[in-house]
Amino acid sequence: MSRRHEVVSPIPGVFYRRPDPDSDPFAIEGQVIGADDTVCLVEVMKSFHQVPAGAAGTLVQFLVENEDVVDAGQPVAVIEAG
Amino acid sequence: MKRLLVANRGEIAVRIIRAARDLGISTVAVHSTADAEARHVRLADTAVEIGPPQAGKSYLVIDAILDAARSAGADAVHPGYGFLSERAGFAAAVADAGLAFVGPDAAVIDQMGDKVRARQVAMAAGVPTVPGTRGGVENVEAAVAAAVEIGYPIMLKAAAGGGGRGIRVVEDEAGLRTAFPAASREAASAFGDGRMYLERFVRRARHVEVQVLGDGSDAVHLFERECSLQRRRQKVVEEALAPGIDAAVRDAMTAAAARLAREVGYRSAGTVEFLVDDQTHEFFFIEMNTRIQVEHPTTELVTGIDLVAEQLRIAAGERLRHAQDGIAARGWAIEFRVNAEDPARGFLPSPGKVGRVELPAGPWVRVDTWLEPDVTVPPFYDSLLAKVVVWGEDRESAIRRSRRALAEFAVEGVPTTAGLHTEILDQDWFAAGEFHTGTLEQWLSDREEATP
Repeated sequence: MSRRHEVVSPIPGVFYRRPDPDSDPFAIEGQVIGADDTVCLVEVMKSFHQVPAGAAGTLVQFLVENEDVVDAGQPVAVIEAG
Repeated sequence: MKRLLVANRGEIAVRIIRAARDLGISTVAVHSTADAEARHVRLADTAVEIGPPQAGKSYLVIDAILDAARSAGADAVHPGYGFLSERAGFAAAVADAGLAFVGPDAAVIDQMGDKVRARQVAMAAGVPTVPGTRGGVENVEAAVAAAVEIGYPIMLKAAAGGGGRGIRVVEDEAGLRTAFPAASREAASAFGDGRMYLERFVRRARHVEVQVLGDGSDAVHLFERECSLQRRRQKVVEEALAPGIDAAVRDAMTAAAARLAREVGYRSAGTVEFLVDDQTHEFFFIEMNTRIQVEHPTTELVTGIDLVAEQLRIAAGERLRHAQDGIAARGWAIEFRVNAEDPARGFLPSPGKVGRVELPAGPWVRVDTWLEPDVTVPPFYDSLLAKVVVWGEDRESAIRRSRRALAEFAVEGVPTTAGLHTEILDQDWFAAGEFHTGTLEQWLSDREEATP
């Protein structure tokens, strides 16, 4: 039985899928990841915070685009935990 | 200069608009959609929206700012600090658009932005730089010979390296003979190049910087500021003048800064940064900031000179209005940066909706801020809420007045660093002026252990 886990941004800010513009994304859709793996960065007031998956499983979908503005508590990705 | 576009936001945009107004220059604010209601927007004569909240899509977009300048009929651009203020490409684009750039020429920004070139210019102007080897040394004997010239303690760095890897501090020749081969081997395996670079290691360094003003041919200094109290390389408390600097060091360092500014034909306000060895009192050039700085009000309070107004006059083509012998420093000024950060949670940036706001005032207290009751602190920009700047006839009275001013500061809704400043004021090392660039971080970490 798999269950749906939403990765939530803990802070408001700007959402980034890559550690820097020249690097690969932290994770791509369809990728199997661990609970502690970083899914994205959120930049708040010029400081960058890594957001971990929070559950092991398959990352099925990102809910926001790179560089979108996110709120605290906003879901940013979905993981099928299994 | 009739109409100035301010290519910035927050307290520095407010500060620049006020200086322009004092000179009878009308102002154009630019803003992201997140800043539509911001104070700098309301204070300016005209405002132009330049993009979405992310700075990379608004305040950092050169074309958007130049379009705004054209549409609003501006004839000059002030970049403030941060954002585009030290981008040579921006200064050049402003000049190419036929507008006055409030700052030095693009070539000077470029030159001083490159650490190696800046060091060479400093040497040419007879300004001391941190003693070190020019290039890499290849073996122990060469390192030992170089170390005699440089003086111990020595910092060993991989010539090809970076990112702080492979750095060793050695105290004497024996230490160097032991450390060099190992460090060189590490460098060879990490970077494919075993050459090492040697530099004097300053154990207890103060960060002291000299304010300069230049008009392209002449330059003067406006004394120095002490900026050693830093957390993660961000300054927290600054003061003018610098405690712990005697008259001979002050005279030599300020003269060196003005010499450097003349050497590069510096035009506008700038800052020459030095490392001062707390034990030997030697000073060494580190870099030059080619913009107005956050802590400029401390210099304004001790000299009585409006640095932003001088920048505007110089950008409009005026010559320097102050001769060196007409510039005096009187009393003492201290600036406290109040940030929307939570000191109890590792200085977590804390944007959000603000409620009540009480700002300090009264004799010899200046608050540079964009903060007002009921505003929202956006998450997109830096966390600086306000600068509380206090003047006293001497350092002791400035400290006493600082306590009073900070006690008046109140913001509801977001945590701030105001209370931390009051704690710093109560430390013996602060009262005695006995601190260096490592003091604040050490104190914060001791404090954290003491109150788990």
